[in-house]
Amino acid sequence: AGKSTVDDEVLDELESILISSDVGLDTTVKIIDRIEQRVRRDKYVTTKELNELLRDEIVQLLAEHNTVDLEDYTLPSAAKPCIILVVGVNGVGKTTTIGKLAHQYKSQGKKVVLGAGDTFRAAAVDQLKIWSERVGCDFYSKGMQADPAAVAFETVQYAIQHNCDVAIIDTAGRLHTKINLMNELSKIRRSVSKSLDGAPHEVLLVLDATTGQNAFEQAKHFTDATDVSALALTKLDGTAKGGVAIGISDQFKVPIKYIGVGEGITQLQIFNKRAFVESLFEGEL
Amino acid sequence: MFDSLSERLEGAFKTLKGESKLTELNIAQSVKEIRRALVAADVNYKIAKEFTDTVKDKALGQENVLNAVKPGQLMVKIVNDELVDLMGGTVTDIDIKGKPAVILIAGLQGSGKTTFSGKLAYHLKGNRRKSPLLVACDVYRPAAINQLSVIGEQINVPVYKEMDNQNPVEIALKGIAHAQAHGHDVVIVDTAGRLSIDEKMMEEISNVKEAIQPNETLFVVDAMTGQDAVNTAKSFNDRINYDGVVLTKLDGDTRGGAALSIKYTVGKPIKFVSMGEKMETLDVFHPDRMASRILGM
Ligand SMILES: Nc1nc2c(ncn2[C@@H]2O[C@H](COP(=O)(O)OP(=O)(O)OP(=O)(O)O)[C@@H](O)[C@H]2O)c(=O)[nH]1
Ligand SMILES: Nc1nc2c(ncn2[C@@H]2O[C@H](COP(=O)(O)OP(=O)(O)OP(=O)(O)O)[C@@H](O)[C@H]2O)c(=O)[nH]1
Ligand SMILES: [K+]
Ligand SMILES: [Mg+2]
Ligand SMILES: [Mg+2]
Repeated sequence: AGKSTVDDEVLDELESILISSDVGLDTTVKIIDRIEQRVRRDKYVTTKELNELLRDEIVQLLAEHNTVDLEDYTLPSAAKPCIILVVGVNGVGKTTTIGKLAHQYKSQGKKVVLGAGDTFRAAAVDQLKIWSERVGCDFYSKGMQADPAAVAFETVQYAIQHNCDVAIIDTAGRLHTKINLMNELSKIRRSVSKSLDGAPHEVLLVLDATTGQNAFEQAKHFTDATDVSALALTKLDGTAKGGVAIGISDQFKVPIKYIGVGEGITQLQIFNKRAFVESLFEGEL
Repeated sequence: MFDSLSERLEGAFKTLKGESKLTELNIAQSVKEIRRALVAADVNYKIAKEFTDTVKDKALGQENVLNAVKPGQLMVKIVNDELVDLMGGTVTDIDIKGKPAVILIAGLQGSGKTTFSGKLAYHLKGNRRKSPLLVACDVYRPAAINQLSVIGEQINVPVYKEMDNQNPVEIALKGIAHAQAHGHDVVIVDTAGRLSIDEKMMEEISNVKEAIQPNETLFVVDAMTGQDAVNTAKSFNDRINYDGVVLTKLDGDTRGGAALSIKYTVGKPIKFVSMGEKMETLDVFHPDRMASRILGM
């Protein structure tokens, strides 16, 4: 009554919320340690204060690793054209995220081209083309089976020649354990750099919020292969919480920039640390 | 980042040096390690707890029994046997009797339904001498129908599609009629990805099921799924009472703890595992392999 030191019950509940959100054991332990330290320092905290405090700690953890909430859909670089390469494992939402992002840039009056670098998965080029039509932006493709590194190179050239503000290049989904496919991705990246000095200006790794601890391995290997500079977390409109992103931004120091909250063209949002943390605790604590 | 369970357990037993049998104390310690390993492998944390409680009881039954094997190895064996037991049961074949037999495919977005539909058709055609028809009922995702058509061409299996029809129930029914008229003995109905909390879409899939009365409804789930596997598997089961589960993307390095969570929660058999993007990468489910995988052995 009045005061409550953090008892085991509360910590157990916190632990179960974090674990069941896929935060993972290591990050969960880290968060709980921090809470314990804070409470020890501040001595008495009420339950209400405690609830605030633990949200603050997680927000803080995200902030330490340069996840700065964006104000709007600013391009990652002032360079023109700005080149964004999108990577990730199979089926996470790369192509859809590209469509949604293109829509945001287009709405700002920017000239956008989408590059069909997935020349492998059945109808991948068609899918991206339909997105470009929905958005009303340019589209560059060499058809199915073309060399993806060549598509990437030429998409950049197209963007330069057609005075585009931004080019977003799609790639085929691939598991990070497939060495030849990961080498291919490094090659695609190099080919973008050759096409334009300083490009790509962003390598966006797309993660699916329903993914569990394997997302760590994904982040590790895609970062090794392509120097990932930002994360997008998709399918947050479902029941999964996507907590694995906290540990990933902690360990890999890559900011989470966008979240996907549906299949529609407007259903991309800018990542907000506070809102994300609130949603972890939604209906609990 | 995950050490194998055997290593972890060895670690736990090292602290209790010179122990040659299971005791209440070393059992308690190793049970904690086992639970951590399971959660790290994406087994739902509540299920991991229930599971390790069972393991603990079994281990206590062997308490103070002098054994030829080290207590660490004995614990691993108890865990492994229990896992295989839980995930195994009798291997159930899919029901492909009927003229035609109808198989309905459902699951979350991007789980691998369309790819699996193709693989299943390829398998039935090649290994079971069937004449399958694929039916394209995803009327939402951009180029979904094209995707299935391309896959159909690759494996030389016809695809029934209606480019201008937005009604999956109608397309499915007409697809089945088409199969009857053209001598196909198996119909595989690919559907759009959907979230279990999307009421409208869940109603759609239950309407499809109601209308076509499939022999077999398969729930397709990504093996990389984390703690949410339980919610989703349960919600889909509540709505469409599926007959079996397909685990996809097992060609990666995911531990696949979701398999245990799903089996534990809904009790439905895992009927196939999908191990790649190529059409021939389909396998039947092996509970022992899955157990070793989850345990990192
Ligand atoms: N509910 C929901 N579905 C999404 C979201 N983002 C993408 N999807 C769906 O997820 C599925 C896969 O999306 P894609 O964009 O094709 O994924 P991808 O990563 O490009 O897939 P591959 O190219 O095959 O590796 C599609 O059905 C999308 O509509 C999201 O934020 N929420
Ligand atoms: N590595 C690997 N990739 C797979 C496997 N099964 C499917 N995929 C890939 O995963 C992605 C999504 O597969 P789809 O078959 O389009 O999934 P879906 O469930 O039909 O997706 P939606 O219709 O958008 O809900 C594609 O890139 C597939 O090639 C698998 O077993 N292993
Ligand atoms: K959510
Ligand atoms: Mg794609
Ligand atoms: Mg599909």
